[in-house]
Amino acid sequence: MALLEMENVSKSYHAKAKVLENINLQVEKGKLISVIGPSGAGKSTLLRTINRMVQIDGGKIIFDGVDTTHYRKQSLRKMRRDIGMVFQHYNLVPRLTVIENVLHGRLGYKTTLQGLLNRFTEEEKHQAFSLLDTLGIVEHAYKRCDQLSGGQQQRVGIARALIQNPKLILCDEPIASLDPNASEVIMNYLKRITEEYDITCIVNLHQVEVAKQYADRIIGLNKGTIVFDGVPLQLTEEQINRIYGIKTRELVTV
Amino acid sequence: MNKKTYQRDKWKSVLFFIAIIAITIGSVIITQFDMLNGMQSFPAAFMWMTSNLLVSSEALEKLPNILDKLLETVFMSIAASTTAAVVALFLGVMGSRATSPNNIFSTIARVIASFSRNIPIVAWALILLLSFGQNSLTGYLALFIGSVGFLTRAFIESIDEIDHKSMEALRATGATYFHLIGKSVLPQGKPQMISWVLFMIETNIRSATLVGILTGTGIGYTFDLYYKQMDYGTVALITWTIVITVIIIELMSNYIRKVIM
Repeated sequence: MALLEMENVSKSYHAKAKVLENINLQVEKGKLISVIGPSGAGKSTLLRTINRMVQIDGGKIIFDGVDTTHYRKQSLRKMRRDIGMVFQHYNLVPRLTVIENVLHGRLGYKTTLQGLLNRFTEEEKHQAFSLLDTLGIVEHAYKRCDQLSGGQQQRVGIARALIQNPKLILCDEPIASLDPNASEVIMNYLKRITEEYDITCIVNLHQVEVAKQYADRIIGLNKGTIVFDGVPLQLTEEQINRIYGIKTRELVTV
Repeated sequence: MNKKTYQRDKWKSVLFFIAIIAITIGSVIITQFDMLNGMQSFPAAFMWMTSNLLVSSEALEKLPNILDKLLETVFMSIAASTTAAVVALFLGVMGSRATSPNNIFSTIARVIASFSRNIPIVAWALILLLSFGQNSLTGYLALFIGSVGFLTRAFIESIDEIDHKSMEALRATGATYFHLIGKSVLPQGKPQMISWVLFMIETNIRSATLVGILTGTGIGYTFDLYYKQMDYGTVALITWTIVITVIIIELMSNYIRKVIM
């Protein structure tokens, strides 16, 4: 059974232009799926419809066997804690420490009062530290996040997503603000997550080469529609041109 | 820019200055304020101040009493500022576009803020005087209402200015609305907000003197009392204590700001 199914999902911010049109997608468990496409193709919107940070106009989303399209408030909260999210700009609270930011990932499991009073269990704190250890930043646990490098901050972001014990992690351009070395570290961790924890990662990427190297499956998006869906080997030069449009492609390679 | 638009812009600024001068002269004529006469009275006024507003030795005997009243004023200002901060925090979260539950709440908060802020504190004191009478509660309320307006406005701006990206991240984890406020908005806005509260305390100590004259409380009342008795030595002493207190409070809050930022 697929972990996530999208049926004829569409979304438009304005009456004229559709951002997503008839998206049909089935996502398996424990896979690293990369979404590629030119800027404005709707990659970010696609990701955000899955955890309903963006409401959809039409279609159906089935997550973990349940139709979640009409989820509101409590049911939406419950769904969101099963879906982690990693951002291009890390989206940490810069003035708080690393460990505090990681524990924010547990807020979905807390009542308002428990969350505000920092009522985290010993188990949760242990898990937070062991995740930081796995990600190689445990020595920075008590540092403020704005003192860390970009690559380190992104690892905090990944730890925050992992501590939710999610079934799915959405990554919106996770390496777009990082240098090549840090990018490689982050992509390796994402790959490990899918293999070791059996968590699915859907990763928006700008770099076709990175997508080809890491993804089990690549989805090409252009003007809100899926124009390619297959394994990296099927992604030929011709297919890349279809996704990006020939003119943009020339600009990228030359 | 071509020559024509350059010359047109030059003419614009010349016209602007002529207009300002005309308005100034117009205002002086209408209010019958005699500039020359005003200038001439400066030396005499200054002479009076230097000869009369000297701290006399008898005045120093009243110092404990004065300090007592001054302390009362300082504490009232602090109480008015901090309690106003609690209300303003609530209104600020309601009012900021980033955190407001909906536009109606936002508008309500902004209307309350501008209503209480745009009426001067002295006017509030006079209005409240009629309904609450001459006591320290009236003084407190006048400061409180003015502070709520100012702090709400300041807090709205502080919240608008912070980085809202982490709010999106917390929402995506399934956090509740109050989690977002408590875990993302407040930690980021706190230094700025504390800084505004400190500023409010400083301002309120200054205003409290004036409000005290009207409501008959604190250092303002003492000032008024000796002023009317024409005991200018004591008036001078009171003025100096106020100046020194305000400077001390300002230095203290500058230090606190440096530490928390």
